[in-house]
Amino acid sequence: MLEQILHWLKAPGLNHFLILSALLFSMGVYAILTRRNAIMVLMGIELVLNAANINFIAFSRYSTGTLDGQIVAIFVIILAAAEVAIALAIVLNIYQTFNTVNVDEINQLKD
Amino acid sequence: MTLDMFTIIFYVFAVITLGASAIVVFSRNIVHSAFALLFAFFGVAGLYVLLMADFLAITQLMIYVGGILVLLIFGVMLTQRQIDVDIRTGTFQVFPALVIVSALAGTLVGMFWVTNWKISPTSPPETTASKIGELLLTNYLLPFEVASVVLLVALIGAAMIARREKRA
Repeated sequence: MLEQILHWLKAPGLNHFLILSALLFSMGVYAILTRRNAIMVLMGIELVLNAANINFIAFSRYSTGTLDGQIVAIFVIILAAAEVAIALAIVLNIYQTFNTVNVDEINQLKD
Repeated sequence: MTLDMFTIIFYVFAVITLGASAIVVFSRNIVHSAFALLFAFFGVAGLYVLLMADFLAITQLMIYVGGILVLLIFGVMLTQRQIDVDIRTGTFQVFPALVIVSALAGTLVGMFWVTNWKISPTSPPETTASKIGELLLTNYLLPFEVASVVLLVALIGAAMIARREKRA
């Protein structure tokens, strides 16, 4: 059993990248669930998006052998840039209005 | 026991990525988290190079490290009351979150472990930039144009929201 695992560890392939991305995804979800600060929640979202991108590119490399996965990853990066710009604008506005960015204290849509 | 170069580099970047994201997630200091995120993005870019996605790796460095991370650090700096005092951030619901996340991670890892993925003998071309350019202007032309409009709208919207004047 141990020898099998060592043998598996010695030759990185598709599974290694997928498991790495699963761990990255879980850490991102943990940050989203536990952090009070809205910006930390955004950082968790970035980790989740990066994990998804690793999956896309790993499948593109090992499973399909085409560039389609990489193109999807480019669109994910584009949307991540748009998302973080909008989210930060909203967070700055929330900070000006409520003087805090803790997501569990913000419970009104208007002051 | 001999290890080839690919294996060594894979584990170096895997450790960089996972270690840095662990700091991002578990650090109490939000500035430490922001800077650890830099190394996490670098590690992911290295993994992209290992996966023969050179264009994606450079894009990752330029957009994530050069753009998104700088925006996040701006956000950190602009939303803390005093830089030295109130920079720590709390966590809540740690125990239920740990349960949920470990169940999620276990499920995902188990699924990735037992599934027999289709492995294709062909691999993508060595240099991807020109091929990606061709694909973006042929098969993916419509999503490409939509993405450009989305970016334009998002950036104008962000500027509008962030700079809205307070009515007296």
